[in-house]
Amino acid sequence: MKIEVKQLTKVYKDKKALNNISFSLEEPKIYGLLGRNGAGKTTFMEILSGHILPTNGKILINGENPFDNQKLTESICLIKEGNNFKGDLKIKEILRIYSYFYPTWDQTLAEELVSLYNLKQNAKVKSLSKGMESALGIIVGLASKAPITIFDEPYIGLDAAARKLFYEILLEQYEQEKRMIIFSTHLIDEVSLLFEEVLIMQDGKLLMKEDTDQLRDRTYAITGTREAVEGFIHDKQIISKKGLAGMMTAYVYGDRKQARKNDFQVEGIPIQELMIHLTEEQRGA
Amino acid sequence: MKNALDDTRPIYIQIKEQLEDSIVAGRLQAGERVPSTNEFASFYKINPATAAKGINELVTEEILYKRRGVGMFVTDNARVMLIEKRKQSFYEHFILPLQDEAKKLNISEEEIINMVKGENQ
Repeated sequence: MKIEVKQLTKVYKDKKALNNISFSLEEPKIYGLLGRNGAGKTTFMEILSGHILPTNGKILINGENPFDNQKLTESICLIKEGNNFKGDLKIKEILRIYSYFYPTWDQTLAEELVSLYNLKQNAKVKSLSKGMESALGIIVGLASKAPITIFDEPYIGLDAAARKLFYEILLEQYEQEKRMIIFSTHLIDEVSLLFEEVLIMQDGKLLMKEDTDQLRDRTYAITGTREAVEGFIHDKQIISKKGLAGMMTAYVYGDRKQARKNDFQVEGIPIQELMIHLTEEQRGA
Repeated sequence: MKNALDDTRPIYIQIKEQLEDSIVAGRLQAGERVPSTNEFASFYKINPATAAKGINELVTEEILYKRRGVGMFVTDNARVMLIEKRKQSFYEHFILPLQDEAKKLNISEEEIINMVKGENQ
């Protein structure tokens, strides 16, 4: 499926959650949707899933608007941070409801995952711990096999081992059947190797949309004397910089081969760190 | 095989380097099948498309060849070609940094040569 985002804007009272953003997404791909709290990620995912309407602009999925469009929304599964399910329902009832809604639903996988995560089919949602409720969300997202599956910070309360299990099954499922997965998370270090492309949002704008390996290749940190670094970066695109005792480190966007010719220490930047440098408020000067 | 990949360099390049290393070291011989995209993806928990990119570049460079429905295999000339390529980058990757560090530490050319010969230990 193809997603086209056109001049998308969403205004809540006087705050622009999304400010005129445009881009497109394609399958099969695993996208990482990154950004600080309040960047507009969740609003974007809710519009994409057809849950809310934008103030201006539109999202088209295979040329159609997802809002109030069941034919389309049965191809989209959004798992949020919490409150995905009604508290009075039992796990097996939830699985049954979703199996009716998603034509691509995989009941065998769902049941397999329920026992893998040690959940009881007869347990009610309201009796589950935070971690168990998150596990249920993950199970539904994976078993939906929806052509567009969206995970918005899906694992509150899940411990590291349970998260690792989730990544492994996600990858396994993706290998068997390619689809579009949009993954929003703050635990970037854990999943950055899964992303084929990353989107970085800030203040309702799309700051960057790039192939993850390209990003690893085209961003670097150089360290040297303040003079030398200042001299090198004056015509470069700088993400941020810091100094200590006559030395300076600058985070640069561009071809790192240029830096190798000079007397600098050149290092790559992990995606998580890059995200922080790109989106942190510049304090002082 | 490394245990983990480095998030600060392109992943497909690291996949490529691993295969190249194995071929140069003789762990993968001419005609032998190399791990598939999915095997790499599962082992390193990386996106299969990224693994595929590294493997495909080696096909373009004629280090690997594809047998439809069977997998990827090491070509007959792979090792010779890789060693030639490695020799070319040896100067840039080993000699230049060596000279830089030696300059900082005031190590003379003669001292370096002695160290390389193992006469300084």
